[in-house]
Amino acid sequence: MMKFIHKLASPPHFYSISSVLIPWLAITGLILILFGVVNGLFFAPPDYQQGDAYRIIYVHVPAAYISMMAYTLMAISSAIALIWRIKLANAITVSAAPLGAWFTFLALVTGSIWGKPMWGTWWEWGDPRLTSELLMLFLYFGYLALRASIVDEKKADQLSSILILVGAINVPVIHYSVEWWSSLHQTSTLLKIDGPSIATSMLIPLLSTIFGTTLYFLSLLMIRTRSEVIMRQKNTKWVKDLIKGVQNA
Amino acid sequence: MNKYLSIWNGFTSTVKRDCLLSKKNLTQFLNPLLLFILVSASFPFAVNLNESNLSTIGPGVIWVIAILSFLLTLSNLYMHDLDDGCLDYMLLSPQPLPILTFAKTFAHWVLSGLPIVLICPFVAIFYQMELDDSLVLALTLTIGTFALSLIGSIGAALTLSTKNNSILLSLLVLPVTIPILIFGAKTVVLYQNGHTSLSGFYFIGAYCMFALSFSPFVSAAALRIGSE
Repeated sequence: MMKFIHKLASPPHFYSISSVLIPWLAITGLILILFGVVNGLFFAPPDYQQGDAYRIIYVHVPAAYISMMAYTLMAISSAIALIWRIKLANAITVSAAPLGAWFTFLALVTGSIWGKPMWGTWWEWGDPRLTSELLMLFLYFGYLALRASIVDEKKADQLSSILILVGAINVPVIHYSVEWWSSLHQTSTLLKIDGPSIATSMLIPLLSTIFGTTLYFLSLLMIRTRSEVIMRQKNTKWVKDLIKGVQNA
Repeated sequence: MNKYLSIWNGFTSTVKRDCLLSKKNLTQFLNPLLLFILVSASFPFAVNLNESNLSTIGPGVIWVIAILSFLLTLSNLYMHDLDDGCLDYMLLSPQPLPILTFAKTFAHWVLSGLPIVLICPFVAIFYQMELDDSLVLALTLTIGTFALSLIGSIGAALTLSTKNNSILLSLLVLPVTIPILIFGAKTVVLYQNGHTSLSGFYFIGAYCMFALSFSPFVSAAALRIGSE
């Protein structure tokens, strides 16, 4: 097992393994998303309180879930990169950041669109999830900004990894502070997003889109990591051989 | 015994040195403070003048302005030492680096945080706040600015190798300091409305301790990486 992990962590092996994995992940992901969306939009019954408006859940929840998963993944790979100095981990962190930022943005936008008919407003400061998701977006932006401003690549890797880890310690604090802050509000009576526990006919498409989006995210991440790895190792022998092979073919 | 004494010496002499340096560079010490007062004074011009209105928004507004003027001072935390080469001596010195970064952070708080705390009861007069409310505000700012110094020290160390870093620094530090802002301002508002405000103090106190537990070490690690 450890041998396998070591092998995977070496860039050439990752490159060849990921070329096999990417089509499988992408195709399964797209099938699951398609199944979930078609079922969710056309076959699941309308909610008894929210009518058809709740159906945005099939986009919103996966996006919000990925936004947090991407950050967790970046935190783990940052820690691995700082502790064991594994080069691949840096490439993964760099590649995950813009994806995570996009999914966070998507979660915010879909949540806002959902909020308009349900709460009567695009933006509600009293809702802890909305505000903590916004702060998550700022953390992503901070990471991207810091990386962009440091010229030396090795330094940029290590310093931005530290930033991600500090942010990771703070994410629970930020999340709970925002939640408690809202519970201090005495007048606010918020609509609960989840409402009554969800029916199976709605749950199955939801789970399907969540899994599908996760696989889709992983395949995108692998594609990005592959190009990042090639960029970083452009002076090594295996990349030169690879390029020669492509040119000859 | 002797070893601990020397660590303590390292701490105190670094703090003393930074205080002496700021005495020679008074404008840098005074400008953020003036900005704090000026922005606080210009806020009531922009909103509808109304006594009850002002005292309600007062705590929140003063907190935000305090954080903003505080953020401007952060980029100087390690910058001067980098420019005149003292940072290299700090890195090479036998003193543990986290002690030195903590000393510098503490000195920074004494020089930039404490003046804001001392002046805020007077600024609170602009906002028609009661005396005891403004004292509670000062108390929350005392703990809050210290936590800000600790978090800001990490940010300053991380952005040291970039040029023109003060906006980037604010971008990094601001999201992380939102919890202190929320509870700092909320504590005063709760006190104003006659509720118990202890829970807010517990929270910012806990946040401050939490930041204290990792900030010196993370700043030291960032400085080492940045100087490689």
